[in-house]
Amino acid sequence: MTNIDKNTTADKMTIAGNIYEAGNAREFKTGDWRSIRPKYISEKCIQCGLCFPVCPEDAIPVGKDQKRTDFNYDYCKGCGVCAKVCPFGAITMQTEDEE
Amino acid sequence: MKREQYTNSFSNIERAKIVDKNEQKGCVPNCAKKGEDTMSIRERLSGNEAAATAMKQINPDVVAAFPITPSTEIPQYFSTFVDNGMVDTEFIAVESEHSAMSACIGAEAAGARAMTATSANGLSLMWEMVYIASGMRLPIVMSLVNRAVSGPLNIHNDHSDAMGVRDSGWIMLFSETNQEAYDNLLMAHRIAENEKVQLPLMVCQDGFITSHSIENIELLEDEKVKEFVGEYHPKHYLLNAKEPMAMGPMDLQAFLFEHKYQQAEAMKNAKQVILDVAKDFEKMTGRSYGLFEEYKLEDADIAIVCMNSTAGTTKDVVDALREQGIKAGLLKVRVFRPFPAEEIAKALSHVKAVAVLDKADSLNGAGGALFTDVTSGMQTNNVTVPTASYIYGIGGRDTTSKEIESVFKDLMKDSKKDKIENPYRYLGLRKE
Amino acid sequence: MSNMIEIRWHGRGGQGAKTASLLLADAAFNTGKYIQGFPEYGPERMGAPITAYNRISDTQIRIHSNIYEPDYVVVVDDTLLESVDVTAGLKKEGAIVINTTKDGEQLKKLLKGYEGKVYTIDARKVSMETLGKYFPNTPMLAAIVKVSGIMKEDEFVKDMEGSFKHKFAKKPEVIDGNMKALKMALEEVKQVS
Repeated sequence: MTNIDKNTTADKMTIAGNIYEAGNAREFKTGDWRSIRPKYISEKCIQCGLCFPVCPEDAIPVGKDQKRTDFNYDYCKGCGVCAKVCPFGAITMQTEDEE
Repeated sequence: MKREQYTNSFSNIERAKIVDKNEQKGCVPNCAKKGEDTMSIRERLSGNEAAATAMKQINPDVVAAFPITPSTEIPQYFSTFVDNGMVDTEFIAVESEHSAMSACIGAEAAGARAMTATSANGLSLMWEMVYIASGMRLPIVMSLVNRAVSGPLNIHNDHSDAMGVRDSGWIMLFSETNQEAYDNLLMAHRIAENEKVQLPLMVCQDGFITSHSIENIELLEDEKVKEFVGEYHPKHYLLNAKEPMAMGPMDLQAFLFEHKYQQAEAMKNAKQVILDVAKDFEKMTGRSYGLFEEYKLEDADIAIVCMNSTAGTTKDVVDALREQGIKAGLLKVRVFRPFPAEEIAKALSHVKAVAVLDKADSLNGAGGALFTDVTSGMQTNNVTVPTASYIYGIGGRDTTSKEIESVFKDLMKDSKKDKIENPYRYLGLRKE
Repeated sequence: MSNMIEIRWHGRGGQGAKTASLLLADAAFNTGKYIQGFPEYGPERMGAPITAYNRISDTQIRIHSNIYEPDYVVVVDDTLLESVDVTAGLKKEGAIVINTTKDGEQLKKLLKGYEGKVYTIDARKVSMETLGKYFPNTPMLAAIVKVSGIMKEDEFVKDMEGSFKHKFAKKPEVIDGNMKALKMALEEVKQVS
């Protein structure tokens, strides 16, 4: 139902574009919109918790132990907000092909 | 300004209460036996009272409206019904018509049955939301009491308000009398909410001419209406906790076209649904409704096509002319949207000359909107009948029997020629 | 169609001509008739001339236009005779009923040679004697019922009593006065030419 594209015919579409499934944004992987990517330097990270609330894509996974792990690049658009808020230099922005 | 001007002065609301009491008793003084097992209540109501009574009996979940002449009385009476506990409706007194339609959209999207009433500039202010209501496929029902859209300022009847939203994707039913305004409203929800339709619907009647004229009417008992209209159980709605959903998403180049096509298809489907609902309504009331009414049209040589109250005057003129041996007829359009182009073309195919009366000028130098639709319908269906456009009754200009007769007299001359001369005409206009 | 009676009311805003036309429609409705009662809305203000209409028929009324050739005309305020052409289109087989103290001769001049019957009633006197206030609409309603013979007087009186009881449920003291006004008006209306 949510997987419509430019080839979907009118009879296969819901009326008025209604979406009858909740949480369907996860079906749309927007990671390839990225032109620069954040790099997580775990040695510098003290798990202060400032970065993940500001991520507009919820692309910083946080475990049950309240600790963050590496970025989810399926959704990270590379906006760089996390790198700006990190006081410890644990996130740097770099080009896609940089190692 | 005097209060009387707005309130049909003499105890309308009290009268509505009488109706209610009668119904509670199960009938009384004004009940007449009609048909086999149908009881109807003989009453006298203005068109606005009739519309408000229909809304009372429908008992919608939400009514949101802002007062504007000449439809003011409808929300006014209705708010009294709310206040007196005669309906369960949530009445939202909004601050503008834009908000009235917005509130109806919100309510209907949430899963409620919502109604409103307006006229002229009120509808103009709603315009943005009118398109959103139909685009979101929300079966809102509106009582539109037709009035000229200013300016210059005029509060009287013509159809310029309705014509302004004729392409907005609303089903549009027109009503000759208070009775038809009432009946059309009772049928409205079953049409609009039908799964094959899901479009908003407006019931039009002529401002002042029927909205403020007390006339005889046959009402149905509350229970009968309740049973006929039924409850509203939308398949999808926002307040359904079991199915979280999103409405009104961004709809760009890849999709809007298809969604508009769906609306057009729904509008086509509405034709049959309108007829089906009318059939059921006839079983209950004995009153039959089609897409349009043909009055002595079957063998007519000349015919007038018009909508709303003018049709009544035209019927009298048709009868008078028939007595003189002139084969005059009438086609009264009830369902203006969807437009029954093919059916109308067929119904007019044998006539020698047709006049289409428009109570709104499209100001395009090429006739009114109804004229354009009728002639395009005929052309597309290979029906060639000389047809003239008459713009009439603008801003409440009274239309007399004599004027209608003069149209038929024009048509008698036209019918003797192959081609219509001077097809863009006016009726009742002062000019050199 | 042929049995249809058309009535035009001339009054001034605030005198109750519109209400009277609606009451007449109501009374006729209650005797089983088809009715229309509608005012002509203009720039209505207290004191401005207003027009209201009635159609009463044994068969369904389909016409929706103003009335140009009435069978009867009711004039609720005789000062209108100077400014409004009250007999315009009035059928000569019909009649005009005027609330006035003027006599036939005086009226003849004001009515521009109207050939039909002219009836008068001093509605002010009736109203003041029965209600103690000037409400011309009840006496004028009775007068037009009497003159037009739309319904039987006793039926009319009975029906109006019911209407007044309903309308003035919260002010029962005015029911008697209105009934007296009605009955007195039925007696007082007289043909002057």
